[in-house]
Amino acid sequence: MGNTLFEKIWDSHVVVEKQSGPSLIYVDRHLIHEVTSPQAFDGLRLNNRKVRRPDLTIATMDHNVPTNDRSLPILDQTSAIQIQTLEKNCKDFDIKLFDINSSNQGIVHVIGPQLGITLPGTTIVCGDSHTSTHGAFGALALGIGTSDVEHVLASQTLWLEKPTPFEIRVEGKRKNPHAVTAKDIILSIIKHIGTGGGTGTVIEYRGEGITDLSMEQRMTICNMSIEAGARAGLIAPDEKTYDYLRDRKYTPENYESLVDSWQDNLKTDNDAKFEKQFVLHLDDIAPQVSWGTNPGMTCDVTDSVPSPDEFSKGDSNQKKGAEKALAYMDLKPGTPIEDIKIDRVFIGSCTNARLEDLIEASKVIKGQKISSHVRAMIVPGSQMVKQQAEEMGIDKIFIDANFEWRESGCSMCLGMNPDILYPGERCASTSNRNFEGRQGTGGRTHLVSPVMAAAAAIQGHFVDVRKMDLS
Amino acid sequence: MESFKKVTSIVTPLDKVNVDTDQIVPKQFLKLIQKSGFGKFLFFDWRYDKNENKKPDFVLNDSRYNNSKILVTGDNFGCGSSREHAVWALLDYGFSVIIAPSFADIFFSNCFKNGILPISLDEKTVEKLQQETSPIEVDLEKQTIKTSSDEISFNIDPYKKKILLDGLDDIAQTLQYEDKITDFEKTSKIPSVL
Repeated sequence: MGNTLFEKIWDSHVVVEKQSGPSLIYVDRHLIHEVTSPQAFDGLRLNNRKVRRPDLTIATMDHNVPTNDRSLPILDQTSAIQIQTLEKNCKDFDIKLFDINSSNQGIVHVIGPQLGITLPGTTIVCGDSHTSTHGAFGALALGIGTSDVEHVLASQTLWLEKPTPFEIRVEGKRKNPHAVTAKDIILSIIKHIGTGGGTGTVIEYRGEGITDLSMEQRMTICNMSIEAGARAGLIAPDEKTYDYLRDRKYTPENYESLVDSWQDNLKTDNDAKFEKQFVLHLDDIAPQVSWGTNPGMTCDVTDSVPSPDEFSKGDSNQKKGAEKALAYMDLKPGTPIEDIKIDRVFIGSCTNARLEDLIEASKVIKGQKISSHVRAMIVPGSQMVKQQAEEMGIDKIFIDANFEWRESGCSMCLGMNPDILYPGERCASTSNRNFEGRQGTGGRTHLVSPVMAAAAAIQGHFVDVRKMDLS
Repeated sequence: MESFKKVTSIVTPLDKVNVDTDQIVPKQFLKLIQKSGFGKFLFFDWRYDKNENKKPDFVLNDSRYNNSKILVTGDNFGCGSSREHAVWALLDYGFSVIIAPSFADIFFSNCFKNGILPISLDEKTVEKLQQETSPIEVDLEKQTIKTSSDEISFNIDPYKKKILLDGLDDIAQTLQYEDKITDFEKTSKIPSVL
C-alpha cells in the first residue's frame, strides 16, 4: 500500500521510533515570536542549555506590536518588556530576528513563505496554532506550546504522536471566484465537520477546487485547519508552489535540485489510505458569515441566524452552546444575516492579510466611502505586503474610503496590542476566531472573507458580495 | 516538574463544550514573561464583570468548589490558540486533573509538560462525574477514578504516564538520543535558513 504525503514527510523526519507511543521528529524550521517564547528561553538558561541550531531558527515580533507610527515608543509597558525580552533572547542565543523596525517584520506566518524560509517537504514548528498556514507549501507545519518551543530550541526535535491522515476533497469550480473565496471554502468545511472534526488528524486538501487556488489562497485554507481541530493541514506542492518560492530572499542556493527531488516525492500515492474523508462541492457555495462564538457556527450570507434547535440537530450540549453564543452575540434566530449591522471592520491577520487579499478588497472599495457609523482598518500581514500595496497605490483606495491604513502585525485578530473592539461592538473580521472576547472583552466577531468585509464596510451591514461588480 | 501523585478532591463541574484557550486565559494576560501567577486570570471574563467583581453564577465563584483540584468539563476542551498560559493558569489556580469527553490536541500535549493529567472518558461518565458531590480519587498508577459509588478506569499512553509519575524533564530524556539527532542531521538535505 502506498503512503500519503503527510506520511512521507513524517517518515523522512523520524529520529527515534519506539514500539508504541510518540516518535522523536526532527524540525527543519523553528519560527519564534515574542509571546510564547520568553519562558522557553528562561528554561534554557535555568538548565544551562544552548540553542542547538540557531541557523534553523528565525524570530519576529508580531502579536503585540502597535500598528500605528513605529517611530513612537510602545506605551504599554508589559508589551514593551515582552518585545525587549525577545530582542535580548535572540542576541544571547544568536538567533536572527526581524525586529519592529525591520522591512522583513510581519506576522510570522506571512513572512515565512514571503522570505522563502518555508519549504516543501520540511517540518516547521512555531509556538502558535496557526503554523498550519505553512502546510500550503506541502510542509508538515505544527503549532506547539511553550514547553515544546524550549524542547525544539534545545534539541531541534519534538516528541509527537503520529496523527492520522484525513482527506478533504474540494470538487468543482466556483461560479464567481472573486466573490466566493478561499475563506468561504474553509469556513464551509468547518461548518460541516465541526471545530473538533479534525482532532488527531493531519488534513490533506485535494481536488480541483484546491489546485485551482493561488498560493496565497491555499495559505488561507491551511491556516484555518486548526479551527477544525486538526494538528496540521497541507496541500501537495505543484508548479505554483515552486514558482512562488523561487528567488525569495532566503530561497536556498540549491533550490532547483531540491525542486527536482520534491517533484518526484511530495505527493500522495494513488493507493494510499486516508483514515477519514470529507468532500465539499463548490458548485453552489455562497459567501460565508459566522454568527456564533466558534468558527463552526457559520452560515451562508443569504441565510438567517439559525435557532439553537436547527443548529444542534438534537445534540443537547451543542444546543446549550448555541444558546449561549446567540446571547453573547446579541442575535435572534430568524434574523437575516444581511440585516446585521456592524460597527467595525478588520481586514488583517495571518488568515487574510496578504497582497491578494488587499487587492481583492480594494476592488470592492474603489471610489466609495465606508458607512458613516463604521470604523474600518487595514492591517497588512507584513511590512513587505504593506510596501507592495503602496507601490500599487492600493493604500490610497482604502485611505480615500476612510479606512485606517496601518503597520503590520497580528493586531485585532487577538487584540493583544491597542487595536481592540470595545464591549458590545460588532465587527466584520477577516481573522480566524470568533471566540468570546477574542478581539476585545465583550466584542462580537463575525468571520468573513476580505471582499465580504469590504462590502460590509461600505454598506454598514453584511451584504452578498456576489451582487457587486468585482470585475 | 513535580511528580504526579494520587489526587483526591471534589470536582468542579464546568458544563460547557468547546471551551477555548481564549476563555481559559484571555489575551490581555499573555504578556507576562514568567510561568507563575496566571491562576488569578483563569476564566477571567467568566469569573469577573467589567468592574472586576465576581460573577455569582460562575462555578469558580461558588465556595463549594474552593480547593477543588479536579475540573470536569465538556467536549473539545482547550481548543483554539496553542498558548501554554492556559495550562499554567489551571495549574496555578489549583487544578491538576481535567476530565472531559475530548481535548484539543495542542492543549492535551501541553498538560503533560506541566504535571496536569487530562483524562478522556465517554460523555455519559463525564456527565455522571459532574453530578458527584463527594470527593473522588484519581489514581494515575492504577489508572482508576474512585467515586462514592463507582470505580472507573481510564486509558493513558505509557510514556506520558511515566513522564507524569516520575516528574521527568522531557528535554533531559531527549538529549540521551543526541547521537541519533546528530546522525540525522548528517543525512538531512534541508539547508540552513541563513
